[in-house]
Amino acid sequence: MTHRIDATGSNVPIVRVLDVHKSFGAVEVLRGISFDVAKGEAVCIIGPSGSGKSTLLRCINGLVTIDRGEIFVALHAVHRLHKDVEMVALRKDVSIVFQQYNLFPHKTALENVMMAPIDVLKQPRREVEERAYALLKKVRLSGKEQSYPGELSGGQQQRVAIARALAMRPQVMLFDEVTAALDPETRKEVLATIRQLIEEGMTSVLVTHEMAFAREIADHVYFTDHGLIVEDGPPSQLFAAPRKERTRAFLEQIL
Amino acid sequence: MRATPPSPAALICQMRRGGLSQRERRQNQPLSLGKRGRGEGAALFSTRTGVALAIVFVASIAVAQIRTQPASASVLELLVKWTPLLATGFLFNLLISFFAMVVGTASGLLLAFARISPRRSLRGTSWIVVQFFRNAPWLVLLFFVMYLLPFQFRLGSVTIPFPDWIKATLGLALPIMANVAEIVRGAVQSIPTAQWDAARSLAFSRRQTLWKIILPQCVKRMLPPWMNWYAILTMATTLASIVGVSEVMTITLRITNAEGRTDLLIPIYSYVLLWFFLYCYPISRWTRRLEARYGQR
Repeated sequence: MTHRIDATGSNVPIVRVLDVHKSFGAVEVLRGISFDVAKGEAVCIIGPSGSGKSTLLRCINGLVTIDRGEIFVALHAVHRLHKDVEMVALRKDVSIVFQQYNLFPHKTALENVMMAPIDVLKQPRREVEERAYALLKKVRLSGKEQSYPGELSGGQQQRVAIARALAMRPQVMLFDEVTAALDPETRKEVLATIRQLIEEGMTSVLVTHEMAFAREIADHVYFTDHGLIVEDGPPSQLFAAPRKERTRAFLEQIL
Repeated sequence: MRATPPSPAALICQMRRGGLSQRERRQNQPLSLGKRGRGEGAALFSTRTGVALAIVFVASIAVAQIRTQPASASVLELLVKWTPLLATGFLFNLLISFFAMVVGTASGLLLAFARISPRRSLRGTSWIVVQFFRNAPWLVLLFFVMYLLPFQFRLGSVTIPFPDWIKATLGLALPIMANVAEIVRGAVQSIPTAQWDAARSLAFSRRQTLWKIILPQCVKRMLPPWMNWYAILTMATTLASIVGVSEVMTITLRITNAEGRTDLLIPIYSYVLLWFFLYCYPISRWTRRLEARYGQR
């Protein structure tokens, strides 16, 4: 049995979050969150604003250090890492895409994608350049390689950000409300890109307000409120027949 | 009759006031540096100032020419005669300003890194250093360095001489260091923290983030105030005359003493003033152009 699981790899948790607590000053943002993400799985975290979703993602790649609990990503015990130097290895395995893209404005799209693999991973420039062209093609931005972020639309910038994250060849991708700042038109392009990644088997954790999208692509959905997971389940169940009153109220308001 | 030359101390007072108001503005409105920066630059080195200076210069020569006794050399002849010597002195000013700027910028950069260090002790210490050197009068700092440093420095069997002009350079580099540190700190902190987050999440180290991602974005913001400080420093190099360096003011004084002619005083000092103006004016114009261009974005 175990042998079979290892061979397919489908049930091995690659992200494990155990009883995570985090406070900012007196505000308790995370109050004991636990969940697993298996390799190749796509997990969506939904919930009202301020329920700690983004903080949770930032904890997973160490941008925010947790107060209590454990986080394991691939082979890294994130809760034991404290300095940025120690986090470097972790961040090679986990990439994050932000709501506001956060591209480097003084670099072209191509340079944005190439920078980290060359400067951090010390990979040969020629190889990285080839990969960067391929990645920009993959996110349908061929021809925009030499454009600066300021010359690109929000949706295009976000797709460059996705390509930049992928250039690190991460094992896990984190998406932090990546379409929240986009208009409906460009939103579609970005969602299509993410859908393709998930179909290719990229392990993904998405914080999102796109319920239809979550329903379509997620293997598992978590509904969080006030720093706790209220309810979780496969999207078919959670969206169609939520068990908890709070979930139902939230979904009714949104849909 | 030695009241005619503009006293360096007064000049510095004026310059420092310029620097202070600029700093205050930066603190209040970090992003609108561009447009508002223009006004001040204009106050220091405007075309109007240049024209006024030229009129004073020409008028002073004319007046001196009329009053000159027929037997002695004309003021104009004297100015031409002493121009090569004045030029060597002025070159010395430029040399001091150049080295002081290099030393001040390099050390200011280091000081700025300490100011934004994650370590509290380093931040605190560097804050004190910055406050001290920004607010101490330049002349006091100059004297301080003059008397603090030995005239030579012994390193094993090698004796490295420490001439006055090098000491003056270091003395002038100190306030530049503190002000450059503030320029750099302000620019670095004006970059959104999201840029740091993005860099960290791509596994960039703190140092890499600073050098490859944050500082390149800061250059545009730092260049105009940095050039402004260079212009201020260039004028401040005349302070070195007080501590005995043979720069243009010292030489001017020697010339007037040697000639012993009171009608030469105003023409020769306005002549020197004109030189400083002609050197600083293009820098100022260029600074304002940069500010205007970057301010628009």
